[in-house]
Amino acid sequence: MSQDTLQAGGSVPLDSNQPSDPSRRFWVTTACAVGGVAGVATAIPFVGSLAPSDRARAAGAPVEVDVSGIAPGEMRTVEWRGKPVWILRRTPDQLKDLKLVDSELADPNSDRPGFTPPYAKNEWRSRKPEYFVAVGICTHLGCSPTPHLAAGDGPGLPSPWEGGFVCPCHGSIFDLAGRVYKNKPAPDNLEIPPYEFSSDGSHITIGIDEENKA
Amino acid sequence: MAGDKTVETTGLLGWIDRRFPLTSLFKEHMSEYYAPKNFNFWYFFGSLALLVLVIQIVTGIFLVMNYKPDGQLAFDSVEYIMREVPWGWLIRYMHSTGASMFFVVVYLHMLRGLFYGSYRKPRELVWIFGMAIFLCLMGEAFMGYLLPWGQMSYWGAQVIVNLFSAIPFIGPELSLWIRGDYVVSDATLNRFFAFHVIAIPLVLLGLVVAHIIALHEVGSNNPDGVEIKEGPKDANGHPIDGIPFHPYYSVHDIVGVAGFLIVFAAIIFFAPEMGGYFLEFNNFLPADSLKTPPHIAPVWYFTPFYSMLRAITADFTWVLAVCSVLGAIALFFRGGLRGSWRIAVPVILVVLAVLLRVIDAKFWGVVAMGGSVVILFFLPWLDKSPVRSIRYRPTWHKYLYAIFIVTFLILGYLGTQAPNATFNLMSQIGTLIYLGFFLLMPFWSRRGTFKPVPERIVFHAH
Repeated sequence: MSQDTLQAGGSVPLDSNQPSDPSRRFWVTTACAVGGVAGVATAIPFVGSLAPSDRARAAGAPVEVDVSGIAPGEMRTVEWRGKPVWILRRTPDQLKDLKLVDSELADPNSDRPGFTPPYAKNEWRSRKPEYFVAVGICTHLGCSPTPHLAAGDGPGLPSPWEGGFVCPCHGSIFDLAGRVYKNKPAPDNLEIPPYEFSSDGSHITIGIDEENKA
Repeated sequence: MAGDKTVETTGLLGWIDRRFPLTSLFKEHMSEYYAPKNFNFWYFFGSLALLVLVIQIVTGIFLVMNYKPDGQLAFDSVEYIMREVPWGWLIRYMHSTGASMFFVVVYLHMLRGLFYGSYRKPRELVWIFGMAIFLCLMGEAFMGYLLPWGQMSYWGAQVIVNLFSAIPFIGPELSLWIRGDYVVSDATLNRFFAFHVIAIPLVLLGLVVAHIIALHEVGSNNPDGVEIKEGPKDANGHPIDGIPFHPYYSVHDIVGVAGFLIVFAAIIFFAPEMGGYFLEFNNFLPADSLKTPPHIAPVWYFTPFYSMLRAITADFTWVLAVCSVLGAIALFFRGGLRGSWRIAVPVILVVLAVLLRVIDAKFWGVVAMGGSVVILFFLPWLDKSPVRSIRYRPTWHKYLYAIFIVTFLILGYLGTQAPNATFNLMSQIGTLIYLGFFLLMPFWSRRGTFKPVPERIVFHAH
């Protein structure tokens, strides 16, 4: 018996102990479910509007850098996609010393995926041993490590120190190939961005390589 | 007139009371809210927190009138407020000092709760609403700190947003979504501004109302941890150990307000930067996305948690994994867990130990930092002591509280310092003490010889 007839009668008071009307219960549930779906659907544009805008996505244009003027041992920082990218021209001594610290490193051969393109998966982590190109953002929480390029002991540096980078935020240490030291908060070696040399070798274009075309 | 409510009041107040429960609300929450008569100075900090909230909202409204949430203009607009807007420096210093004082007051308010067991049944929801307020405050403070767009603003936000990238699988996409760009940028600044001035304050106000309603439903605790509602009552049914909040405690709290304002004004006029603790020196340099300052640290109120984040290294996860396995063994043989819990909890702990070694230490740093805040939510169920107040606990419990407070302060200090090997070891020990204090609380809090709790509150009039 439907409760409608009871109410329509008017004279009979509604018995609150009576079990709920199954047909009404079904429609209440359905209305809640449909309303809930509508609520979730409404949230989609709001959640989506927080994602990077088209302008932010388009801002990642490649950057061309003249590297012919960089002296051995000198480092230059350029901006690519809002991030600092380091170009360090390593001296022969610095290249030779890279091997010395292998045992101190968490991932000396850059085996962990995602941070090293195939052409940089070598001892120097670069296309040409001399030129080290890396995103200067710590793989821990995104600070920019401070260069301590000169070898020799210093406060806060491991001993012996062959040159590298120290993150001021949480103390992660990287060698001159951007490889992270063991037992530091950063899990990965510094990211090597996609880059290419011009045919005469005097310029580097950051942001394009065999897989990433402009 | 038909349908008119009968009320005792007359005139304008009567007109209102027939339409809105003004007098009865005032009675319920002020003049007939009976609070225990033995409150001490620790009970100032609740009303002081409300005062600071009002200061922050009023000064915030006036700051927004001149501030520009724009990556190009933000830093200069803050300098404009400081140098050219009439009284702008005062309003800005009130807001920046207010942020730090908010945390001073709230930490002392929480410590009071810890001392007197104010979170114990039936006040669990008072505590949980309070903890939600604390979370909102942390979000509010963090997002507000980005707005001046200085070096510390920028790199602090970079680090904290990147915390989310440590979450396995969804992390990198999540932090990208939070920033709205590949690095902290104008998009990030604008959304943080929206959250700081609209979204979080609205939630915060709602939670403050819920906190007070929950408190007035169950009644205030007191330094003795004795329920006044269970004691003797007067002819009107009010507990005789209670006194009306207004005028007794409203006047009492004015003493606290006066003391607070003396300190507050002294800081604003004589040390608004507080030696780099309230306003960090690096934040007087405009944000530079290419160069992290040589030393970055969050503002002092985040540093205890920040120290725990830094403490978790790959080696230290071994220590945590061993602790986890030992905990599993102890719980299995001696824990007193019943039924399937006796198997399930140790198994979960062993799985945790394995995961500690499988997932990067970076993730566990974030878990330690988040967990050290989240664990406070569970305090009402972690504390198994038969008495509420520290006054009637065994003396060695007081030493544990002292160790906990000192550890918290040391962790706070370490978080402001540049990392080195000694400090790292200290913060690792501190992290173990902090987590141990709470996680082992179900075991230590019920042990020892408790002092007899009096039937009624102990109070000697001055």
